[in-house]
Amino acid sequence: MPVVRHPVPRSVNWWYVTGSATLMAFILQVVTGVALATNYVPAPSAAYDSLNFITNHAEFGNVLRGMHFFGASAMVILVLIHMTQVFLTGSYKYPRELNWLSGVLLLALTLAMAFTGQLLRWDQNAFWSTVVGAEQIARTPILGPALTELVLAGKTVGGATLTRFFAIHVFLIPAIIFGLIGVHLYLAVHHGVSEWPEAGEPVRKATYRERYHRLLRQGVPFFPDAAWKDVVVMIVVVAAIIVLAIAIGAPSLGKPADPTIVQAYPRPDWYFVWYFAVLALSPPAIENYIILGFPLLVFVALALIPILWPTGERSLVRRPWAPAVVTIPVLLVVVLSVEGFKAPWSPALTTLLSEPLPQPVVTNLQPAGLKGAQIFQFRGCRACHGIQGSGGNKGPSLTTVGDRLTAAQLTTRIAAGGGGMPAYGGVISPAEMQVLVEFLQGLRSPSHEPPVTPLAP
Amino acid sequence: MSQEPVAGEQNRRQRAPGGISRRELFTRVSVAGGGVIAALLAVPVVGYLLGPLFDNTPNNWLDLGPLSDFPEGETREAQFSDPSSLPWAGDTAQTAVWVRRGNGEDFTIFALNCTHLGCPVSWLPGARLFLCPCHGGVYNGDGSVAGGPPPRSLFTYRSRVRNGRLEALSRSLPTV
Repeated sequence: MPVVRHPVPRSVNWWYVTGSATLMAFILQVVTGVALATNYVPAPSAAYDSLNFITNHAEFGNVLRGMHFFGASAMVILVLIHMTQVFLTGSYKYPRELNWLSGVLLLALTLAMAFTGQLLRWDQNAFWSTVVGAEQIARTPILGPALTELVLAGKTVGGATLTRFFAIHVFLIPAIIFGLIGVHLYLAVHHGVSEWPEAGEPVRKATYRERYHRLLRQGVPFFPDAAWKDVVVMIVVVAAIIVLAIAIGAPSLGKPADPTIVQAYPRPDWYFVWYFAVLALSPPAIENYIILGFPLLVFVALALIPILWPTGERSLVRRPWAPAVVTIPVLLVVVLSVEGFKAPWSPALTTLLSEPLPQPVVTNLQPAGLKGAQIFQFRGCRACHGIQGSGGNKGPSLTTVGDRLTAAQLTTRIAAGGGGMPAYGGVISPAEMQVLVEFLQGLRSPSHEPPVTPLAP
Repeated sequence: MSQEPVAGEQNRRQRAPGGISRRELFTRVSVAGGGVIAALLAVPVVGYLLGPLFDNTPNNWLDLGPLSDFPEGETREAQFSDPSSLPWAGDTAQTAVWVRRGNGEDFTIFALNCTHLGCPVSWLPGARLFLCPCHGGVYNGDGSVAGGPPPRSLFTYRSRVRNGRLEALSRSLPTV
């Protein structure tokens, strides 16, 4: 295998291991995926049961599922780390532009694998994620309905949908990934591993190759001089995935996918939670452009990087803006993910249906106030409004609403709605309104005077 | 690329007057042959994958239950099973809907799917609202949007009453 002994520059260091780490995660996904496929049945009538069998009965099944799950997370994280490293060291520049472009495609395919893989779990989350995905595709101009039918393999999510996703997840996308990794690795060896950037040594198309080949003459063979670092990191990647798989295990299976169970709270796996937040927070007027245009924009922008800036300085000393280009999107994704996990825009249906009002709220209530509390619960107010931390965050917290609003103001607000709140005038009877307002009036901070009703002019 | 002479370079120059050389002929035959193979494979495979587009299974009237299941002035969940679904469709052959009954035989059958991105809306009888669990969509009892991102009111199914039973006409996944 003379190819593994290809020369690399002496400046190759620990930062160069991220690609190998990603490749390791991919190999692990292939191996565990093939193993899982020997027991998984990709039909809606059996998928969930077969996963149950893999998780609870098959030898090492739970660990294998866990490895495939954490391997997927590792894959997404490592691809992004690898890209960040290549971007920060300017290694995407001439003559390695095609390495970057093939890498961008591999990122897109990795995310496609993550999404289709989540659907194969075929629990409630998977079923409704399929629907949400299909609804986004349906927004495509003109082709929308046809594309949706193609993706679902029918008019609705049904028997043919899961087999289609299975074929895409285990045959189609992996085949393309194998091909692209081949190109990616061939190019890496063909152009050679980039040398560590030095300030004041910009890439010039006319001189770069000659300079690089001079460097290689004093280089070292990739194997074993540089490869041992890759092996160390690959061991760490595999060990971390196995430890997580054993310690935490595979994600628990939710309820089996059943379109008749209305009480579903679909959430994507963590790597798409930020996008879930984007979908909730987009202004409706421009939402179509965001759903269809944003992913396109991101990948076009990534692809344009080596085309627009193929030459010039690679060192961070001369590219001080580069860390900001990485940091800003990362921060954005983190902030959106935090919002996505909290989902304050979602009504707290589970709390409403399963938790009583906090004890301190209902003790010492007068009969009318107690009736009001029942109305508050029955009319579903808690789905959007929290009291002492229990209930939704869609509307303002009502823990001390008695300090802020008078009885008249409360009545108007409830009856007429406004600011995102539906009007309850036609739903709540005057008698109910009276006790409800009495209850809300009683919600005060311990040392607060009641608000003074302004005198009528 | 390489400037070395290719073996048989002589051959290439042996053009018949007004014709093409042997090598040129081989090139064209090979490329055309590859194209033929690709086309032979593509027709059945692509046609097979595009199959769902040509599926003309008609929509069926499906039973939702006796009228007595749906009290006047109330909104209830109902389910139907699509007989045209694949044998291995399992639970996905079932569809749930929200049935709102006004006076007499005035029925509105709402699709479960939020018009924003398709999540299943829940009916809160106390609040008389449909709430979506995903991105915060809220609908009034008549299906109109009360808040959140949905671009339009809830989708509906066509309904009819036959022999004292409510029926809905099946439809594809409703999309904006």
